[in-house]
Amino acid sequence: MPAELLALVKHDCPVCDQILPALDAAGVRVVSQSTAEETTAQAERLGLERVPELDDGLVLSQRFDPDAVPTVLLLDGGEERDRVEGIQRDRLAEVGRAAGVALAVGDLPAHRPGCASLTRDPVVARRLAAQAARRDGRLRARTIALGELEDVQEALHERGLTDGLPVVPPTAERVVAMLAHTSRDPQDLVGVVPPYEGRATVEKVAVNAVMAGCPDDALPVVLAAVEAACQEPFALHGLIATTHPAGPTCIVSGPYAERIGMAAAGNCLGQGNRANLTIGRALQLTVRNVGGSRPRVEDRAAHGWAGKVSSCFAERADDAPWPIGPLDGSTSVTLMATEGPRLIVDQLAREPEGLAASFASALQSIAHPKLVLAFDALLLVGPEHGRVFAQAGWSRERLRDALFELTRRPAGELARGAGGSPEGIDPKWISDPQMPVTKFAAPDRIVIAYAGGDAGLFSMVFGSWASGEIGSAPVTTRVEDWT
Amino acid sequence: MVEILDPTGEREAVERPLAARPPAGAPVRIALLDIRKPRGDIFLDELEALLTARGHAVLRTQKPTFTKPAPADVRREIAEQCDAVIEALAD
Repeated sequence: MPAELLALVKHDCPVCDQILPALDAAGVRVVSQSTAEETTAQAERLGLERVPELDDGLVLSQRFDPDAVPTVLLLDGGEERDRVEGIQRDRLAEVGRAAGVALAVGDLPAHRPGCASLTRDPVVARRLAAQAARRDGRLRARTIALGELEDVQEALHERGLTDGLPVVPPTAERVVAMLAHTSRDPQDLVGVVPPYEGRATVEKVAVNAVMAGCPDDALPVVLAAVEAACQEPFALHGLIATTHPAGPTCIVSGPYAERIGMAAAGNCLGQGNRANLTIGRALQLTVRNVGGSRPRVEDRAAHGWAGKVSSCFAERADDAPWPIGPLDGSTSVTLMATEGPRLIVDQLAREPEGLAASFASALQSIAHPKLVLAFDALLLVGPEHGRVFAQAGWSRERLRDALFELTRRPAGELARGAGGSPEGIDPKWISDPQMPVTKFAAPDRIVIAYAGGDAGLFSMVFGSWASGEIGSAPVTTRVEDWT
Repeated sequence: MVEILDPTGEREAVERPLAARPPAGAPVRIALLDIRKPRGDIFLDELEALLTARGHAVLRTQKPTFTKPAPADVRREIAEQCDAVIEALAD
């Protein structure tokens, strides 16, 4: 096949207008990125002999992928040998000669940059990327077509796909843009979600992360959180089904948290930080939609709490009293089944022993002051409290061990009936009322995190759901595995 | 028209026929599954007494913990040895 020219143009480009008469006169094959109507109008306006062909689906434009139009391509056997983007008079004459085409370039300017190719339009580029992902099997989720008269928010809510708040409609374009932030195959399995054993692929997690309003670069954290939630020790099935209010709380530790703008300082448990709020929400939407659990159906929580919409924060690394995150500098997600947090005030303690005693009295009340060994604690130490331990050289482990000891109480005080309350330890298990009984099953059942604003002599404590082997154990995964 | 991607697991429900009902009045083998909630055993003790008094055979079995689904071997034992199962859910 001899060499030939192929020109790509669009209708609203003055540079294309300028070159089109010459291409038309020379009989060059011209293909337009615009619609039939726009292309016909352009041909009439310029008095062209032939109306340019249409680049249906922008197939040729995607194949040759020019930055600008007009682009004149020199093809040999269908393969590109040379190209000229915009107007470059001498170069156009050169490719014309190579193709045996006499291009009348004399009236053209020496140089004139072209206009952006339609494939560089951000909206078009996203649409094309989504179409390509569907073609090559990266996108496999069923498409739901909503009618023109349907309100998108109402339609999603009526189909039971939301948590009661508005969601971002998960279009293929948005999902593909988010998938660009993980190197994992969209069809990789992240976890199997109870109670209906839904398969949470990377794609499905991204769909739910889009709905949650996640920034695209938060996807690896959401994936790590879903992976943690689906591991057997986390006991997600029971956590969903329980009458207890607990839900997953997500602690992000390491440099990736800061990279995606997570809040570890002021108001880190509150409103205002998109990444914190949407990562936790994306996890919960994945659980709901992929696993199929619904509040008051499979989810039997007597009260629940706001954190079952989202509960997620980052640890504060810059001034932490102990190392934050994995020692290799990577970022981890720790998932723990918790109820809502409660404030611990101690504005007077300046020594670690006294502050630990205050923490211990708050930890005693988790679930019930007389219930022991069945619940864990997440202690979130605030910076002004953390400084007390840092100045005294207390490690996280030393604080944890101290709290384990300080939360022992004599068995007699925990017995059923003690203090007038029938809840507590069955007296048949108590041989010596003075025998100290620990609140927690082991020191590592007290999970200690560090976050909060600069000012405020406060810390927070979250109680857990039924813990350990008989319930849920905290699970830690690596964000890097999903980047 | 807006097209969105399905956020669900797209799992098709498998339809299974109901097991054959035991004949009314005839003795049957009944599993009493203790899910390990506190005092569930008290409820099941009462049920066992009532059922055995009526001539039914009772298999007492339990989950390792109330927080997790019954393991496959517990479910298989019940399915192979019994005609019906009663779970004690209560605290």
